[in-house]
Amino acid sequence: MVKFIKHQVKTFGLTELFKGLALTGKYLFKKKITVRYPEEKTPLSPRFRGHHALRRYENGEERCIACKLCEAVCPANAITIESEERDDGSRRTTRYDIDMFKCIYCGFCEEACPVDAIVETRVFEYEFQERGPHIMTKDKLLAFGDKHEAQIAADRAADAKYR
Amino acid sequence: MFDAIQAFLSGFLYDWLAILITLVIQAVVVILPIMLAVAWLTYAERKVIGYMQVRMGPNRVGPGGWLQPIADALKLMTKEVIFPHQSNKYLFIIAPVLSIAPAVAVWAVIPFSPDVVVADINAGILYVLAVSSILVYGTVIAGWASNSKYAFLGALRGSAQKISYEIAMGFALVTVLMIAGSMNLQDIVNGQQGGVWNWYLLPLLPMFVVYFLSGLAETNRTPFDIVEGEAEIVAGFHVEYSGMTFGVFMLAEYAMMILISFMTAIMFLGGWLSPFEGIPPLETLFAWVPAFGWLAFKVSFLLFVFIWLRATFPRYRYDQLMRLGWKVLIPVTIVWVFVVGAMKYFQFGPWFN
Amino acid sequence: MTFEQFIFYVLGALAIVSGLMVITVKNPVKAALWLVLAFIATAGVWIMAQAEFLGLVLILVYVGAVMVLFLFVVMMLDINLAQLKEGFTRYLPLGAMASVGILAMMYMVLGPDHFGLEVTGAPVQQSANFSNTKAIGVPLYTTHAYAFVLAAVLLLVGIVAAIALTLRRRPPREVLYQNIDQQVKTEKADRLTMVKMESVVEKELPEKEEESK
Repeated sequence: MVKFIKHQVKTFGLTELFKGLALTGKYLFKKKITVRYPEEKTPLSPRFRGHHALRRYENGEERCIACKLCEAVCPANAITIESEERDDGSRRTTRYDIDMFKCIYCGFCEEACPVDAIVETRVFEYEFQERGPHIMTKDKLLAFGDKHEAQIAADRAADAKYR
Repeated sequence: MFDAIQAFLSGFLYDWLAILITLVIQAVVVILPIMLAVAWLTYAERKVIGYMQVRMGPNRVGPGGWLQPIADALKLMTKEVIFPHQSNKYLFIIAPVLSIAPAVAVWAVIPFSPDVVVADINAGILYVLAVSSILVYGTVIAGWASNSKYAFLGALRGSAQKISYEIAMGFALVTVLMIAGSMNLQDIVNGQQGGVWNWYLLPLLPMFVVYFLSGLAETNRTPFDIVEGEAEIVAGFHVEYSGMTFGVFMLAEYAMMILISFMTAIMFLGGWLSPFEGIPPLETLFAWVPAFGWLAFKVSFLLFVFIWLRATFPRYRYDQLMRLGWKVLIPVTIVWVFVVGAMKYFQFGPWFN
Repeated sequence: MTFEQFIFYVLGALAIVSGLMVITVKNPVKAALWLVLAFIATAGVWIMAQAEFLGLVLILVYVGAVMVLFLFVVMMLDINLAQLKEGFTRYLPLGAMASVGILAMMYMVLGPDHFGLEVTGAPVQQSANFSNTKAIGVPLYTTHAYAFVLAAVLLLVGIVAAIALTLRRRPPREVLYQNIDQQVKTEKADRLTMVKMESVVEKELPEKEEESK
């Protein structure tokens, strides 16, 4: 009998509905976790895999030795490399293209590279509005590497002890 | 106020022209603020639901997102209206008109303050009930004219739901009529004079809940929005609508939301009356609040509850919804009709004098 | 012509046109929609004749409920329109004769001889505060109470009969029903038992061998 009355009170008092309303009502006043993107940004890991870059040694010599390991490991076949002997007898690339539409940003090229030449940077805010520019040529990649070298070097240093 | 305008105009115009112009002025004066309220109600809804989900809600267009409704309206107006293959073009266009027209026409009898009403008719409640019952046709015709099975299913669900809940709503109104002894909305408000405990909220508390729930069902709001159940029937009766035709359906839905809030405030929460009547210090303290201020405050609170409910509850299943309407709400209302009859017979409390 | 007369003629024309469309239009759904328009126009005429309660109830009951259910049925029916139209011309003369007969009868009964202004006198102009609802309600519940209750009982019988005719419970091997009453009354204890268990200590794994260089 007591159980019956309890049940009726619970049903017609709409207790469960009010419990639910109280919960959402509480959340109304909680601190909002929205990140207002262009003005605010979430922190990025040093391992973040974004736009690609080709690095140079400190003396200005390009690192890539055209071993084609990255081309072989790339699961999306996004990398195309052609190589030739340079005047001074060293093996260098004549063509190093990354098709940014094909790339899946897995980071395997970076892992495969024996000389840390190809890297993926923190930069993720870029876009292509037509076909053509989406092929990253060697010149563009080198220039991009030069531009962000400080950040790239810092990220490698931060991650070095876990490798 | 409007009589004066008409008298002034008929001084130098044909009589019928003067009447027509006055009617147009009346319509604009009432409809324009309501459409603006609808626009910013959508903004408020997105903002409140966002806050309840620990988000910010729209905050890009204008300071704090204040101009979002204008952006939405511009977007809808510039989009193409697509006619589905083999649909009935005339009915396809008529459907949104049929849903907005009653939603706007009802406002003719809603009093905003003492004596501020377009048409102060005796059968005010009945008018509201009758005109809002035409609203079903917008849904039904939209579903049928779209020549789409999802729209059709949505329309069938919607019409069945609206008819079912109209009964409970009607009974809830009957109790209000019994207690107020009038169908005129102004008389109903005036019958609640004298502070919170004289409002019809207390003797009719279950009816208040029933009316509000039926209002939710009538306006297709969550948890009763099976008409547009995204999971099963895409978007219900307005799947095939795009651009402004879709926008008109939205306008109608939100205008009806505001209307239900107005009706609830007028019938159960004392309309424009101050809740502090008869409490000496508070009454003088709040004497500066205009009559419409109280009404607007109550209406905005009810609208907030509408949104709050949407942020809280999941959608009912169709059979559960029908069960709630027919087997719970209608018996409750019928019982309460008798209870109110008994209360009236025994002159119970301050409400039945 | 005053404004009121103008509105009256508009509503009257609307009622007649939509009434004609109901019987001439081919698609039954459209016919039902024209009928709705006819109802609304008629309600408008009634309201102009100071019968606002009847007008509003006409809209509320017929337009808002009856016609929606009607549409419901008509929309879901799979009607062969061509078959429906068969024999329209064959029965046309008969139908025309019948309708002329009905019109003549209506004229004789409802015509100016019995309901003209000379017979009934001009309608009394009531003030704006006159409650039409009360004027109908009081005789309905006093002088005509018996007939009113009888009509109510008839409707109730109709409801009960409709439900009794259609209600059938199929055996559980065909359809599984939910017992919502039972569902609602379930409590945590009916569905969930908390079992106290001793925590199990896992066997210690052998120490991982150092990677030999």
